[in-house]
Amino acid sequence: MRAPLSWLREIVDIPADQTGRDVAERLIRAGLEVETVETIGEGVIGPLVVGRVNQFEELTEFKKPIRWCQVQIGPDTINGIICGAGNFTEGDLVVVATPGTELPGGFRISARETYGKTSNGMICSERELGLGDNHEGILVLPEGTAEPGADAKPIIGIGDEVLDIAVTPDRGYALSIRGIAREVAIAYGLGFEDPGQALVDLPAPAASRELQECATEAPDGCDLITMRTIVGFDPKAPSPLWMQRRLVACGMRPVSLAVDVTNYVMLELGQPLHAYDKGKLKGVVRAAWASDGEPFESLDHVQRVLRSDDLVIRDDTGVIGLAGVIGGLHSEIDDETTAIALEAAHFVPEVIARAGRRHKVSSEAGRRNERGVDLDLAPYASARAAALLMEFGGGEYVGMTAVEAPHEPVVVPLPSSMPEDVAGMDIPGIMVVRILQAVGCGFEDETADVLRVTPPSWRPDLTDPADLVEEVLRLIGYDELPSTLPTAPLGRGLTPAQRIRRRLGMAMAARGYVEVLSYPFVGDAELDVLQLPADDHRRVAPRLANPLSEEQPYLRATLLPGLVSAARRNASRGHVDLALVEMGRVFQGDVADEGGARPGVRARPQEDEWSSLNELLPHQPHHMAGLVAGAREPQGWWGPARWSSWADAIEAVRVIADVAGAHVDVERGDDPVFHPGRCARILVEGRPIGHAGELHPRVIEVAGLPERSAAFEIDIDAVIADAIAIRPAPEVGTQPVAKEDLAVVVDSDVAADTVRAALESGAGELLESVRLFDVYEGPQVPQGKKSLAFALRFRAPDRTLSAEETAAAREGALASASAACGATLR
Amino acid sequence: MSGPNTSFDPKQVAALDGAAIDAMVEDATAAIAAASDLAELKGVRLAHAGDRSPLALANREIGALPPAAKAEAGKRVGQARGAIKQSLDSRQAELEAERDTRVLIEETVDVTLPVDRDPLGGRHPLTTLMERVADVFVSMGYDVVEGPEVEAEWVNFDALNIPPDHPARTMQDTFFVSSSDSGVVLRTHTSPIQIRTMLDRDPPIYVIAPGRVYRTDELDATHTPVFHQVEALAVDKGITMGDLRGTIDHFAEAMFGEGIRTRMRPSYFPFTEPSAEVDLQCFVCRGESVGDPDNPCRTCGSEGWIEWGGCGMVNPRVLQAVGIDPEVYRGFAFGMGVERTLMFRNGVSDMRDMVEGDVRFSLAFGLEA
Repeated sequence: MRAPLSWLREIVDIPADQTGRDVAERLIRAGLEVETVETIGEGVIGPLVVGRVNQFEELTEFKKPIRWCQVQIGPDTINGIICGAGNFTEGDLVVVATPGTELPGGFRISARETYGKTSNGMICSERELGLGDNHEGILVLPEGTAEPGADAKPIIGIGDEVLDIAVTPDRGYALSIRGIAREVAIAYGLGFEDPGQALVDLPAPAASRELQECATEAPDGCDLITMRTIVGFDPKAPSPLWMQRRLVACGMRPVSLAVDVTNYVMLELGQPLHAYDKGKLKGVVRAAWASDGEPFESLDHVQRVLRSDDLVIRDDTGVIGLAGVIGGLHSEIDDETTAIALEAAHFVPEVIARAGRRHKVSSEAGRRNERGVDLDLAPYASARAAALLMEFGGGEYVGMTAVEAPHEPVVVPLPSSMPEDVAGMDIPGIMVVRILQAVGCGFEDETADVLRVTPPSWRPDLTDPADLVEEVLRLIGYDELPSTLPTAPLGRGLTPAQRIRRRLGMAMAARGYVEVLSYPFVGDAELDVLQLPADDHRRVAPRLANPLSEEQPYLRATLLPGLVSAARRNASRGHVDLALVEMGRVFQGDVADEGGARPGVRARPQEDEWSSLNELLPHQPHHMAGLVAGAREPQGWWGPARWSSWADAIEAVRVIADVAGAHVDVERGDDPVFHPGRCARILVEGRPIGHAGELHPRVIEVAGLPERSAAFEIDIDAVIADAIAIRPAPEVGTQPVAKEDLAVVVDSDVAADTVRAALESGAGELLESVRLFDVYEGPQVPQGKKSLAFALRFRAPDRTLSAEETAAAREGALASASAACGATLR
Repeated sequence: MSGPNTSFDPKQVAALDGAAIDAMVEDATAAIAAASDLAELKGVRLAHAGDRSPLALANREIGALPPAAKAEAGKRVGQARGAIKQSLDSRQAELEAERDTRVLIEETVDVTLPVDRDPLGGRHPLTTLMERVADVFVSMGYDVVEGPEVEAEWVNFDALNIPPDHPARTMQDTFFVSSSDSGVVLRTHTSPIQIRTMLDRDPPIYVIAPGRVYRTDELDATHTPVFHQVEALAVDKGITMGDLRGTIDHFAEAMFGEGIRTRMRPSYFPFTEPSAEVDLQCFVCRGESVGDPDNPCRTCGSEGWIEWGGCGMVNPRVLQAVGIDPEVYRGFAFGMGVERTLMFRNGVSDMRDMVEGDVRFSLAFGLEA
């Protein structure tokens, strides 16, 4: 809402020394978010005068029409001025910037040779003056505005300040000069005479003429409708300049007197009004619910299809307006309208908000109606509008019809100590009463312990005691609040899962991985890059109803697309050696289109209600994924680079498990994203939780990644669930170690880890560790075989092992490996 | 080693006289001093202290002496051998030191060579900033709580006093999942975690909820459809707005330094009443750039204050919706945007840097932003 300071001053006697910024400061402290304070025509330096175009000559020898005007800018002064606009006639009053004047943007006017003439000044448009955006022609002032030579600045409002206020949804009343002026008056402690409660005197109705009837057939959507009728109106009558200037200052465009007046009164008082061409109406105008599928063409030429919970205004011809939001095309006033039916109504805010959202209409009327308009305002505002219409457009007042549904007055009980209890500081009860009175509230008994407060008609947002507390505290000022600390119960710190996730973040970074946080939106293209078949589980993910891009309508069920695109982006910026990691939620499974019943909000939901709400949601586990590409260790003075490989990906998973304190198993896996021979399945307690290995060459090729790029992705929640809570201390033996190396030959396709496990299980209790240190395939072993060399360490807790004991343990290990994998001693 | 030379003729023991032994020591000492490296010294040691050295031979003869002469000869030879050994050892030490010095100098490397074989990675600054915030609150006794990102509309809106057709819904442009009738949305704020926590726990409740949230804004320099918030919630008997203010003050000082002030401006959030916007005193200029065009502040735009977050007293309607009696308990909530905080705290000028995953960005922050 844009509020010119001059308009506020008309209602509130703001001290003369207060600037727009001063007023803004006060309003901000009271809770109105003043975003900017602008000065109209800021940047105009030097005189602007009213000029009269005495005559002009059309110059036709140029590419565009040019006028050579003789402009009277004083009793005896006539300047010749070149003008490219064509929206004026001889005798029109215009605004002239004379040579020496500077216009906004540092545009300095001088007498200059142009189009073969010496142009002595400039005839200005609204935009050139910094008044508004209109640049369709020059600004033409209504006849009689002022004499040629008069100072044009006050006439067109230059120098006035405009406060631009972002009005929150609870403060509909602040979408009017009236409402803002009230806040200004409270902030300065000044008197306030409410223009919304001043009933304008209208002439006695002319009973001879036909009155436009109105009604509400939907009292649960429209609880008040009024209609005033004026006939004999001059459709050609212009709006007065001051009204036009104020509309422009408030960001609206002057259109015609009838439209301008409805807009003006809406800005002034906050009541949306609608002017119909009475000649186009048939029968009673009434508020009613629409029928499902009913068509409606709004005045923005959009064909709309209505639903049964859309509130409409209709007459005997059909729907003539989407109530409180936008009017219809066919009943609009036009430049031949002489009979006006002026509607002012009160609508239920939720109904208007729903219609605005559903039909995607954002209108000035809708913004006010959906926040709730003053319940008592309609007849006052329409009287004001009718008076203005007749003052400037003539005509005869025919009268008003009105229908109102009964409504209960709102009374809010407020313990008078509640504001001080909530604030944590002393606030006397009388102060509570005085502040709420300034807001407009009424009281049955100002001294009661529990005040019975009647909020004013313009504050439908004040329904609860807490709302009244806010009014009291904001008007005392939040600066006055004390700064105290509550005593929280003793805490337990982070949960084990939270600590593990932090450790993982640290550990991966310490090992050279860089964390990325990708958007979780994916599309088929990215999933195709991963070579996922149509029935892959990672293609079963929730879909957004309104994605930012139709290319990426799904939520991710895998973190890999984000890593692939981050890798590609880095590569395109010259970073090809990468180790990327991401930890975040993925989304698995579908979400139904229809949500079912929703619990109420007046009490805690029932257990079954709560569980059915949660059943609507997809599974959302935390995953951790990484991608390594290019050199894992760079080439340097120490030697060649070490290239990323499948082994790095699996090592990362092992590190994650170690950091978490969990145990994972690795076995040969198959996943379409990975190289079929270089893919590991990761398991926790026998349950697969992800994969690691070299990416499939086709994935690498399509994604444009470096050869042999590798990746992993695991369900980190599953790892964390397996994490040991309290790690037991080891027995640190001090007896000497006995080392035995053991090289065994097995078939090439036997997994090394199977051999290791067999050795471990056969070596007995004396075994301290077993570690594979060499793998050999070649002429030294038979075709189809490989040699695996293990280092075994044995130790007893209480003695030095004898050679016989060590040998026996070694034999046991070998026997076990022979039995399990056909291993023979090399 | 040979045994006692019992067959040796005791008559031929001329060498055992004092002058001869002194000469042997002299010879040896001269040879030791002349040895120029460890190899030469090794030869000298063999010649003058080895098994076949004159003194060793002389020593063998002692056994053949008459008992009366034995003691004196033994003493003389022993002293001589001791003297030679001492000379050898000290020369050995000298030569070893010389060698060590020379060799170690030859092994000199250029320690300024780059040793970036295994460089550190980087954590995302949004992650570490959220951890930092959590730590401040954990130190005050708060728990860190989480919730789903795909959330029931009831939890995200209804329970937070944002009814279905309330204009406040359009304050937060919402991603709907499946359809606008599914009752499922991408959470538009971290406040639904409040609801889950209050349904899950009994007061007193002191929690902090960091998390990722979504709104349908296109990505540009200052907007992103995916961003992060951190929200604090306290529900207890006798909680006041002064407590809210004190908590925010403490938090601001912990994050931005001693003496940093905050300011609350009345505002509107459906889930708090009263509600306020929170401004942070500029931690760079501390307000001194206001009205001083010669020393502009880039962090606050010379406004002196930085818009930081929103807060308020938990709306009793919200307590009702989760079954907490608003007659007994009150609460406060405070939330802030993590991206925004990172932007002004660390001087990030473009939101896109936080979402693109360019390694140069996160690497610059190391393990904590």
